[in-house]
Amino acid sequence: MPRRTMIEAIRDAMDVSMGRDSKVIVYGEDVGFFGGVFRATQGLQAKYGKSRCFDAPISESGIVGSAIGMAAYGLRPCVEVQFADYVYPAYDQIVSEAARLRYRSNGDFTCPIVVRMPTGGGIFGGQTHSQSPEALFTHVSGLKVIVPSNPHDAKGLLIAAIEDPDPVIFLEPKRLYNGPFDGHHDKPVTPWSKHELGEVADGHYTIPLGKAAIRRQGSAVTVLAYGTMVYVAQAAAEETGIDAEVIDLRTLLPLDLDTIVSSVKKTGRCVVVHEATLTSGFGAELVSLVQENCFYHLEAPVARVAGWDTPYPHAQEWDYFPGPARVGRALFETLEA
Amino acid sequence: MADAGMLRFHVPEPEVRPGGTPDFSNVTIPKAGSVPRPEIDVDPRTIRDMAFSIIRVLNRAGEAVGAWSGLLSDQELLEGLRHMMTLRTFDARMQMAQRQGKTSFYMQHLGEEAVSCAFRRALQPGDMNFPTYRQAGLLIADGYPMVTMMNQIYSNEADPLKGRQLPVMYSSKEHGFFSISGNLATQYIQAVGWAMASAISNDSRIAAAWIGDGSTAESDFHAALVFASTYKAPVVLNVVNNQWAISTFQGIARGGSGTFAARGLGFGIPSLRVDGNDYLAVHAVAKWAAERARANFGPTLVEYVTYRAGAHSTSDDPSAYRPKAESDAWPLGDPVIRLKNHLIHKGVWSEDRHTQAEAEILETVIAAQKEAEGHGTLHAGGKPSTRDMFEGVYAEMPPHLRRQRQQAGV
Repeated sequence: MPRRTMIEAIRDAMDVSMGRDSKVIVYGEDVGFFGGVFRATQGLQAKYGKSRCFDAPISESGIVGSAIGMAAYGLRPCVEVQFADYVYPAYDQIVSEAARLRYRSNGDFTCPIVVRMPTGGGIFGGQTHSQSPEALFTHVSGLKVIVPSNPHDAKGLLIAAIEDPDPVIFLEPKRLYNGPFDGHHDKPVTPWSKHELGEVADGHYTIPLGKAAIRRQGSAVTVLAYGTMVYVAQAAAEETGIDAEVIDLRTLLPLDLDTIVSSVKKTGRCVVVHEATLTSGFGAELVSLVQENCFYHLEAPVARVAGWDTPYPHAQEWDYFPGPARVGRALFETLEA
Repeated sequence: MADAGMLRFHVPEPEVRPGGTPDFSNVTIPKAGSVPRPEIDVDPRTIRDMAFSIIRVLNRAGEAVGAWSGLLSDQELLEGLRHMMTLRTFDARMQMAQRQGKTSFYMQHLGEEAVSCAFRRALQPGDMNFPTYRQAGLLIADGYPMVTMMNQIYSNEADPLKGRQLPVMYSSKEHGFFSISGNLATQYIQAVGWAMASAISNDSRIAAAWIGDGSTAESDFHAALVFASTYKAPVVLNVVNNQWAISTFQGIARGGSGTFAARGLGFGIPSLRVDGNDYLAVHAVAKWAAERARANFGPTLVEYVTYRAGAHSTSDDPSAYRPKAESDAWPLGDPVIRLKNHLIHKGVWSEDRHTQAEAEILETVIAAQKEAEGHGTLHAGGKPSTRDMFEGVYAEMPPHLRRQRQQAGV
C-alpha cells in the first residue's frame, strides 16, 4: 500500500472527492495556482480547472460566507482557512449561519461545507500560527469537529466530511503533516513513510465520523487525546512504563462516548490531554462526561494536561507545549492517587 | 497652517431631533426622467455619477417619464399596486396581532413597500434572494401564501419552521427566498457565494443580496463587494437606505462617502441610486441590474432611497429619536399613493376602485388570519412539539442529542 504524508493524504482526499463529484469546490487563500502555503491543494487547479479550485481574497468571513451560499445553491465547498488562528473573522458565519441553517429553515436550506484549517503548535509559529481553537467549535450546536492524527485517518475522515450533509470543521495538526511528532522536539521525527498509519490506500474510502480509535491497549489508565497529543501520550506511556490505554478521539463532535466509557470502566483511571489552553477547554467536557458515566468505577480524580492559560508564546514554545514529561507526571499522579 | 493644535473628535448628527421641524432640504431630488438609461454593457467608469443621482420615473403629476419608463403594462402595474396594498394591510394586521399578544415581535414595511414588491417582478423563477427582515414583498409578490407567513409569525402548529425562528424570519427555497438569519449582513456574502456557484455550474440563475443602510458598516458587506467584484458574480447587490438603523441615522454608517451607492465605485461595480418609493423606477433599475448579471456583466450595486415610516420593530419607539412628522415631510412621498395616482392619471384606476380594493384586501387578509389562528398563536392553541426542538440540528440526530431528548422526556 502506498505511504503518504498527511498533506499528501489530505490532497488525495480532495482529489478523489473532486474526481467523483463535480459539486466539490476547493478554494482559499493561496489555494489555487500555488496550491496552498502547506501545499495541500497542489495540482488541483491544474487538474480540475479554475472553476473548481481557485485563489480567494484574504477575507475569512468572505471565504466561509461565500461557501455557505454555494452550499445553499447545491455545491459542496471544501475551503481552507490558512491557519486556525485566522478563523475568527469567519466565526460569525460558522456559528450563526453554517451551524444553524438546517435548523432555522427546517431543512429548506442546508450547509454541507468543510472548513479545513491547520491547527496546533510545535513549529515556532508564535501566538498567530499555533492555536488550538477546537473548543470554540465543539460548543456550537450544528457543527461537526474533526481532528485527525495520521495520514490514513486524515484521508478517510476528510472524504467523509466532504460527503457529510452538515458543516464540518476539519482541524489538521500541522506538526503532524510530515510525521508522528511525539513532543521530543530535540529528536528527528520518524517520517510517515516509515509509519504504518502512513499507509494510505488509493481511491475512495471513508472513516465514519464519531468513531474513536484505540492506539495503545492498556489496563492501568485511560488517556483521552487527539491530534498531536496522541503521540505525546504514547511516548509518555512508553517512557514511564505505565500500562496506559491511549484513545485517539478523531471526532470531537459527535463524540464516541461508548469507547471512552468502556475503556475508563476497565482501567478506573483517566487522564485527558490536549494542546489547547486548559480553562473551558474540550478537556473539561471530557472530564464531565467521564465522571457522569464512570463515577463508580473511578479510582482517582480525572487529571487534565493542557496548554497553560497564556497566549501561545514564541521563545517558550517547549515550556508551553504539554510534552511527554508533563503527561508522564500526570500518569504517575493518577496511578498514585 | 490654520487650525493646528488640539484634535477634535467628530460624531455626525442628523439634521433634526424630536421637537425640531423636519428638514430634508439636504436631500437633492433630481427631476423624474432626468437620469439617462445606459446600455447593460456600459463601462462602469463612465457612469460613476449615477451613484450620486436618483433614478426616478413617476413625476409629481403622476406621469411616468424618461428612459426608465414604459416597461410594465397597465395590468402589471395594477397587480403591483395590489401587492403593495396587500403587504401594507398584512403589516397592519400583524402589528395589531403582536399588540394583542398573539406573537412576540413584528417588523412592518410602512413606506418601503415598493422596494421588495417591484424588485420581485424583475427576477425570474429559480433566482434567489438573500433578504433581510424587511423584504416580505418578495414573498407577497410571488404568491407565497399569507396563511403560511402568519403561521410562521405565530409559531403555531402549522409553522413551516417548527417554531424555531423569530417571527418574520421566513424561508422558502421554492419562492427564491433564502432563510433570514436575523444577524446582520451575513447574508450579503452568502448571496455572492450562491451567484458564484451558479456561474461555476454554468447555470442561468442569478442571486439578489439585500442589506440596510446601517448594516453596510459590517465587514461582511465589504467582503461581499470584494468577492462580487473579483469573480464578476451574477448578483444584484441591493442596499435599502431607509434613513434609520433603529435609532441611528444613516450618516453614522455612511460616513463621508456621500451615498451608499458610492461604496460600489471603489470596487469597480456599477452603482446606481433609485427612488425607492417609485414602483416603476425600482422595477426598471432592478431589471437592468438583473439583465446585466444574467448576461455575464457581473454585479450591480443599487441603493434604494426610501424612508422607514414606521418603527424599526414592535420593540421600538421612533418618537424618542426623530420628529414625529418627519415621515410626512419625506420628499419622495408614499409608494402606494404614488402608484395609485399614476394609475388614476392613466385612466385605469379610480378613488372608488381603490377604496373597494382596500376593503377586498382587508377581507382576504382577515380570512387568512382566521385560518392561521385556527392553527394557534404563540401562547394559545396548537404549537410545535418539544420534540421538534431537538430535530433538524443535523441531518441525523447524534447520540448526545438523543440522550438529551430522552432527558427532556420527549
